[in-house]
Amino acid sequence: MSAIGIDIAEKCYRAPAGAPGREIFRGFCLDIGEGEFVALLGESGIGKTTLLNIVAGLDRDYRGTVSFGSGAPRLGYAFQNPRLLPWRSVLENVALPLPPGQEGRHRARAMLEEVGLGELADAYPERLSLGQQRRVALARAFAIEPDVLLMDEPFVSLDEAGAARLRDLLRRLLAGRPATVLFVTHDRREAVELASRIVVLEGAPVRIVRDMPLALTSTERASAARIDEVRRALGAAAPG
Amino acid sequence: MSTQKRLLLTATSLLALLLFWQIAALWADSRLLPGPSEVFEAMIRATRTGVMPESIAITLARVAASFLIAMALGSAIGIALGRSVALNELVGPWVVVLLNLPALVVIILCYVWFGLTEVAAITAVAINKIPNVAVTMREGAAALSRDLDEMAQVYRLPRLRALRHVTLPQLVPFFAASARSGLALTWKIVLVVELLGRSNGVGFELQTAFQLFDVAGILAYALAFTAVVQVIEIGLLQPWERRANRWRR
Repeated sequence: MSAIGIDIAEKCYRAPAGAPGREIFRGFCLDIGEGEFVALLGESGIGKTTLLNIVAGLDRDYRGTVSFGSGAPRLGYAFQNPRLLPWRSVLENVALPLPPGQEGRHRARAMLEEVGLGELADAYPERLSLGQQRRVALARAFAIEPDVLLMDEPFVSLDEAGAARLRDLLRRLLAGRPATVLFVTHDRREAVELASRIVVLEGAPVRIVRDMPLALTSTERASAARIDEVRRALGAAAPG
Repeated sequence: MSTQKRLLLTATSLLALLLFWQIAALWADSRLLPGPSEVFEAMIRATRTGVMPESIAITLARVAASFLIAMALGSAIGIALGRSVALNELVGPWVVVLLNLPALVVIILCYVWFGLTEVAAITAVAINKIPNVAVTMREGAAALSRDLDEMAQVYRLPRLRALRHVTLPQLVPFFAASARSGLALTWKIVLVVELLGRSNGVGFELQTAFQLFDVAGILAYALAFTAVVQVIEIGLLQPWERRANRWRR
């Protein structure tokens, strides 16, 4: 049984008065296995975020079904913007989805230590850099020990070193608490470095032009040459 | 500027006003423009008899009651209107009509319909204030962040928790703005309501003083009451606002 079964018969965006609506998905199917790390690659604007929102249950305006192997999974979502509450401290932000009380705060604090922000627990998010805010959002997502983790370009607009550090962190967190991950990106390097399977999306309505399992060892993932090789292989199949 | 310096400056400015008043009173030399000392004496007299503290207490109770009712109802209406386009189209115009209805008309109608009662008085003040609150809160509710709403939904925050941590903090600036303008408006209208249809409170005492042409008495009540309102603003409203805005850079 797959961890996430996506079957979207139809998803349109209604256009403003008169103009024809835009068709995003028609007969789109994707099955994701337990513990897989699926990177969704594709150009901006083709509907990757829409897909995540459908899986998250935020977008219900479509025909089709999304089913989860474990019934109702615990869901973590790392949005493109960190979406932290600016009027709550970093600690309170991480504790927000946890049951209120001492235990939740302890868990949140431990989570913050793990992402390396223990000292900033009492700061307000707006005083943090973007990279730090992303770490907080990651801590919040992992605090609930998610079965399914949705990530929407969570490392975009960071410098390369910052993004690399966050990728490392994500790998470390996942090693400790395995989850099924659906990771949207338009950065091939990022996809190759992280994913166990890469799905390349294209066109309108969206179709899958490439679905490639990746079995790279951790040493291979650390090797720039090997990464470039896979990237090229990917590029041959999906130009652009 | 440091707090101390600012306080000093305010004090100096007020002292200058007092001096100006004294000079004007000396120059006019009339019972109709008493100087600060006479007003102060009137204040002491009214305090000794107990009438002034009692009147101020009564009026403050009315202000508090109508203010709380207006804030609660106005916020509820405003948030509902801001969240629902259909409701806003239906009920929005009513709010505009109420907003433009003169306070005096509302007061007279309330007294005519409900009699010269406490309920009528407080209702009249609240009705005057509700549309202001509703309009301000509507702006706030319409500007609520969808992003944060979605975040709360994904993480399955229970309704009350989402309200407390996600929705209400976004409305704090709007709430503070309407509370501040609300307090000023409410106590002014309460005085009119008292003058027209109550037999106690600051408004009633002002009317009595007016009939006796007791200008010192009028000024004594006005100053004492203004001071009390200022204390509430500085001691209650401002600290709360500062606390709520702590997170801002």
